[in-house]
Amino acid sequence: MGDPVAAVAALDEETAEEALKLVEVDYEAMPALMSIDEALQRPDARIHDYGPRGNVHKEVSFDFGDVEAGFAEADHVREDTFFFEGNTHLPMEQHAAVGSRGPDGKLTVWSSTQTPHYVHRALAKVLEMPAAHIRVIACPNGGGFGGKSDPFSHEIVVAKLSMKAGRPVKVTLSREEVFYCHRGRHPVAMWVKTGLKKDGTITAMHFRSVLDGGAYGSYGVASLYYTGALQTVTYRIPRYKFEGVRVFTNKPPCGPKRGHGTPQPRYALECHVDKFCHDLGLDPVRWRIENALSPGAITANQMQVRTIGLRECLERVVERSGFSSKRGRLGAGRGVGLAASAYISGAGLPIYWNAMPHSGVQIKVDRGGGVAVFCGSTDIGQGSDSVLAYVVAEELGILPEDIRVMTADTDLTPVDLGSYSSRVTLMTGNAALQAARRVREPIFAAAARKLGVPVDRLRAASRRIFDADEPSRSLSFAEAVVLAESEFGTLGSVGSYTPPRSIARWKGAGVGPTPTYSYSACVVELSADRETGIVRVDKVWIAHDVGRSINPLLVIGQVEGSVYMGLGEVLMEEQAFRKGRHKIPSMLDYKSPTTLEMPPVESILVETLDPEGPYGAKECGQGPLLPVIPAVANALFDALGVRIDEVPITPEKVVAALEGRLRGPRMPALTYPQTVVVPPLAPGAPAAPPAPAASPGGSR
Amino acid sequence: MLRLPPFRYVAPRTAGEAARILAGHGPEAMAVAGGTDLFPNMKRRQFTPRLLVGLRNLEGASGVQANGGLTVGALATLSAVAASPVVTARWPAVARSAGLVSSPPLRNAGTMGGNLCVDTRCNYYNQSESWRASIGYCMKKDGEVCLVAPGSDKCWALSSSDTAPVMIALGAEVTLVGPSGERRIAVSDLYGPDGIAYLTKRPEEVLTAIHVPDRSGWATTYRKVRRRGSIDFPVLGVAVAVRRGASRQVEEARIVLGAVHTAPVEAADAEEFLRGRPLDPETIEMAAGIAYKPAKPLDNADLAYAWRKRMARIEVARALREVAGLPTGDLPAIAS
Repeated sequence: MGDPVAAVAALDEETAEEALKLVEVDYEAMPALMSIDEALQRPDARIHDYGPRGNVHKEVSFDFGDVEAGFAEADHVREDTFFFEGNTHLPMEQHAAVGSRGPDGKLTVWSSTQTPHYVHRALAKVLEMPAAHIRVIACPNGGGFGGKSDPFSHEIVVAKLSMKAGRPVKVTLSREEVFYCHRGRHPVAMWVKTGLKKDGTITAMHFRSVLDGGAYGSYGVASLYYTGALQTVTYRIPRYKFEGVRVFTNKPPCGPKRGHGTPQPRYALECHVDKFCHDLGLDPVRWRIENALSPGAITANQMQVRTIGLRECLERVVERSGFSSKRGRLGAGRGVGLAASAYISGAGLPIYWNAMPHSGVQIKVDRGGGVAVFCGSTDIGQGSDSVLAYVVAEELGILPEDIRVMTADTDLTPVDLGSYSSRVTLMTGNAALQAARRVREPIFAAAARKLGVPVDRLRAASRRIFDADEPSRSLSFAEAVVLAESEFGTLGSVGSYTPPRSIARWKGAGVGPTPTYSYSACVVELSADRETGIVRVDKVWIAHDVGRSINPLLVIGQVEGSVYMGLGEVLMEEQAFRKGRHKIPSMLDYKSPTTLEMPPVESILVETLDPEGPYGAKECGQGPLLPVIPAVANALFDALGVRIDEVPITPEKVVAALEGRLRGPRMPALTYPQTVVVPPLAPGAPAAPPAPAASPGGSR
Repeated sequence: MLRLPPFRYVAPRTAGEAARILAGHGPEAMAVAGGTDLFPNMKRRQFTPRLLVGLRNLEGASGVQANGGLTVGALATLSAVAASPVVTARWPAVARSAGLVSSPPLRNAGTMGGNLCVDTRCNYYNQSESWRASIGYCMKKDGEVCLVAPGSDKCWALSSSDTAPVMIALGAEVTLVGPSGERRIAVSDLYGPDGIAYLTKRPEEVLTAIHVPDRSGWATTYRKVRRRGSIDFPVLGVAVAVRRGASRQVEEARIVLGAVHTAPVEAADAEEFLRGRPLDPETIEMAAGIAYKPAKPLDNADLAYAWRKRMARIEVARALREVAGLPTGDLPAIAS
């Protein structure tokens, strides 16, 4: 229920709806496979004719070091099973698109998309038209959170129908249809086994995840890899094994949602850490700090850590919240919980294999001192347009309001891959930095000549270019532009950014590498009602290693927004189904917190000045969501002494746990594929790009 | 986008005229007050009236008057009643229940009469037309069976009014104006036998006023359970009114549960049990253990129904402790 089947364009919606009722469709009834177990039990009822077997979409297994040897030398081995229920993005704006073919025969599609470049490619392929005749404009989005990353049916429909009708065609999804488009958080069953020495040193970790992918691939191959990729980039794990399976079910397709495939394993891992610390009598703060990776670390699965603010995040959030003096001492029904996490600042690879930049920026300088910045990036409310202006203004010594930013138009702007994977500030920021420095060269050269000052002594600020040694020797930016254009001709430049090559060389290592990881640590304080099972989060403290905060207001907006979304996922939200249908496809019945359910949040920004980021900046749009979910689960254990290994943590589950009748999650019965043993990196081996087949989504 | 079906709108100035228009057009006409529930339902095609009779222009139907008793005009908004000094002071449970309906914008539009008459709810019913078509519809609209209780010959959609349990607990009455005269009935008699015939009010009758008797000397409260305090309908409402004598023993008690059945449910056995007993913790627990039994939550609203049934006992106990001046057992407020 909810899959697009046919489309009708008419002069008004009433007519179109009447016409839709006249469309007759013959359906062959198939069993509705609504869970991982059902999909695995009916391999004969295949949902798609691809994938290795039955309803398995994709399966992977990698061994990074001999985990069995690691478990053998451990003093303590612990296994846990978790389940993370699926949930959806819930952007305020429903998806919408307009298609229009102009008198020149060319097609323009306006869409609320996060990825105009990928939509452009998809339209050219599906419509069998030259890409040069298609223009995609991403409108400013009313929220995306990953849910507007796929090329969608309605985008293709408006294109095709507008060409057939010779008129503009618009589709706006209803809220219910947004629930069916979905591409949200995968339900994931997870099992983790860790071997430890008495002092808490990890000897090996084995992690399994089984994903309920819904009815289509989406970016599900990447999602699957992500459920195994980032466990290793926080704490020292010398040997690591990952097995993962994604299955198809007859539900709205899952895909990328804020944190893409990593909030589920991070929830499992951080609860698991607290459990083994409890087993061994170790302090969960000290364990995390002592076992945090160091800058430059290379993990068992060959992920490269650059700067890492994990220890500082932990120390500061623990200090600010008073965690250590509160844990176990707040009294009945109250508790604190801690968790930490990491996330990518942009994926290392695009979703289709190519050697071109991930982000491009073009700059044009006007004789009046105005500057236009063109970039394919898409502002989905996170402020990426502002970041472009800040970077260029900083480099040219003018003010952000002197800059006009034009973005997300495939005819006018150089390609940026899109607003996903927390890549935009780092990648467009670097591209803008390069473009701005290039266009500054002729301007400074002309200014240096005019002022009689060597170029390397020139600085620019407050719309003036001046001698650093004698600031009174100066001229305005606009004067310098006129001199430069007189001398060198029309002023403009381009800049671009491509992430560094990953050192990882195994097939599948396309997911996980990034220019640099962000880190977060979170403390949650909550009250829990022992009688009703109702949990109330009283306060959240969160520290985030953002590398450098280019605009603290925007960064804190992202951090607080992540906290909000994490709280919804851990306490309320679930994609519930009944009788083959979404049970609650409305914003009233699908429960997500409002501002009134939001507790106070204290955000702490940690700056590690990463060499790979523009001015040192890392991501902040997704990572801060990750620790919130396990921090709530860990706080609930402190408050009530019960573990809920399944999110959302609903009142009925809490009551059942308190009464000892909560059945814990279990793993689906299935066989995992043959394990690929990945040899360790040879010391000093030259880095090579991973195989193209490993690119996320490449084989969906 | 979901659009409203086409309809005509008239706004008579008297209730009698409204009733005559409604009677004249039969099932094609519906009355609308705040519209906060009706318009979303029209967008989803639960209702497709050709004619809407707007009540907002009815003369003298939106005031709040207190002499001995309280008369609330049916068109008084929920926010006006929640904020009324006299209601807050003398009928605090009325103000509280009105103030707990939905969210501020909807309380500014929604009316007291509308909340008493609000359509019953069920998550097989409160869905779009295409969703309901896909499942073959339910007996409340266009179908044959009750999807939440397929063996049942009646509809199990839930009474979801916050103000109704309070009005019943306080012994309130309503004025209903028909085409040829008016009548006054107890709010407890306003509700019908199932989720379809959920009102005894005839379709052409217009509810114009709510009359609440003087309840000085009574201790009253209303408690509401829902997932989000910001906006949600109740999954449980508990209204309690207790009058104690000089010996502190209960002389009269009213306990009314909302959102656990097709109509508000009076816990008569528990009321009877309390008579002549002190409101001490043990008695309260025993009364709550009796009171929650008529609650019949099913899997047609938010949260697990077994948990909702359990909550009825807990919340009755807490409501009774609240009116007895005992610690309720609620989470303490956050110290800021």
